[in-house]
Amino acid sequence: MCGADYPSMKPAPFNYYAPTSLDEAVALLAELGPRDGRILAGGQSLVPTMAFRIARPAHLIDINGIAELATVTVKDDVLSIGACVRHAALEADTVPGTTGALLRKVVRNIGHYPIRTRGTFCGSVANADPASEWCCLMAALDGVVLAHSQRGTRRVAAADFFRGVMATALEEDELVVAAELPLLREGTATGFVEFSRRKGDFAIAMALVTYRLESGSIVEPRVAIGGAEPQARRLLEAEAELDGQMPSRAAFSRAADAAASAIDPMEDINNTAGYRRKLVQTLLQRALETAA
Amino acid sequence: MNARREINLTINETHYAVTVEARRTLVDVIRDDCGLTGTHIGCEHGVCGACTILLDGEPMRSCLMFAVQAHGRSLRTVEGLQRGERLHAMQEAFMRHHGLQCGFCTPGFLMLAVGVLEKRPDLSDEELIDILSSNLCRCTGYENIIKAVRAAAVKMKAPA
Repeated sequence: MCGADYPSMKPAPFNYYAPTSLDEAVALLAELGPRDGRILAGGQSLVPTMAFRIARPAHLIDINGIAELATVTVKDDVLSIGACVRHAALEADTVPGTTGALLRKVVRNIGHYPIRTRGTFCGSVANADPASEWCCLMAALDGVVLAHSQRGTRRVAAADFFRGVMATALEEDELVVAAELPLLREGTATGFVEFSRRKGDFAIAMALVTYRLESGSIVEPRVAIGGAEPQARRLLEAEAELDGQMPSRAAFSRAADAAASAIDPMEDINNTAGYRRKLVQTLLQRALETAA
Repeated sequence: MNARREINLTINETHYAVTVEARRTLVDVIRDDCGLTGTHIGCEHGVCGACTILLDGEPMRSCLMFAVQAHGRSLRTVEGLQRGERLHAMQEAFMRHHGLQCGFCTPGFLMLAVGVLEKRPDLSDEELIDILSSNLCRCTGYENIIKAVRAAAVKMKAPA
């Protein structure tokens, strides 16, 4: 019961390419992208959809052999995460300071450990699942996606990159080579809370907050919500309720209320829009109360 | 599209040269082409963890990787745990603490626990429970798996 004769549900046939340089990868993508070619990085989202034959790419370009894409760098207060950097790499002390601590807070919510040893940060960003924790982080910190092709490299702000459920501004010949996050100033308080019914499941909603204190008042508040709407985004309405306020339950509560009324939640078979709205309110309150 | 490729895999320090279609998952090739049926196939979409193996020492789902991607890599499966007649401390502990009933999930749990503890021998109870939530067991209710892994963690740290 081997090979093509094996009867059970398996991925449809595809042509496999394993480039070892970025130039080779984008050349392949320019040729095969318009012909139903896809990039394969960690494969933790793509391969399950292929097993169900929801996705049947004709060509897979495996970028795991491109060493230059597996690096994390910090330069001029910008953290750059290469396309082949696994989630698990961000669980270790790879990134210093407040930003590193926030990454570690967030990463533990992604799937399970054996998923995180393969799945990649940039793959999650390119996949743009509404419930992706990294997409929420990119939105919160105004991260930048580096979209590379034979035509050059475009820098796309997170707010412009995410275009809905698994939809992005990426062109079919473009590869996400890295994601950039501005480093948070030391002393920034950060909080992240998500809710799913079982550990490791896709979150029904999540809230990520950062703020600093100056003379006891909140400055530069950032609030992002993921999982509730087709794409993660910052909620300026909630941030406005925090700006200049002393951290207090009441101020947090006003921000949570503002977020709940600002969003237009998705509905699915298990979760009504009203439930998600209520959940966002609760999660944002908790994220603010636990931010440190 | 159905082109076959020759790949080399090192599984439990034994070399395998096999010819496979690109779409064949690693777990299928481990079982069907290499004959190592200790690794089980459950959901085939990354949820259950029955197919967990170690790739370069890290636990991963072998149903979520194509075998061609593992060309030249070093893998460990449940068959590689025992030394001769001597079971691994994790296998002994699963027996002693009744960490299995039907046994279907056991190879995945063994590889998950061994892989994590080899890298991080001082896992806290909270971290351990979090790690063990990665795999599904529908018999034990997890309590005995947790007991077994805790006991094995102590044994694995002790000098042999």
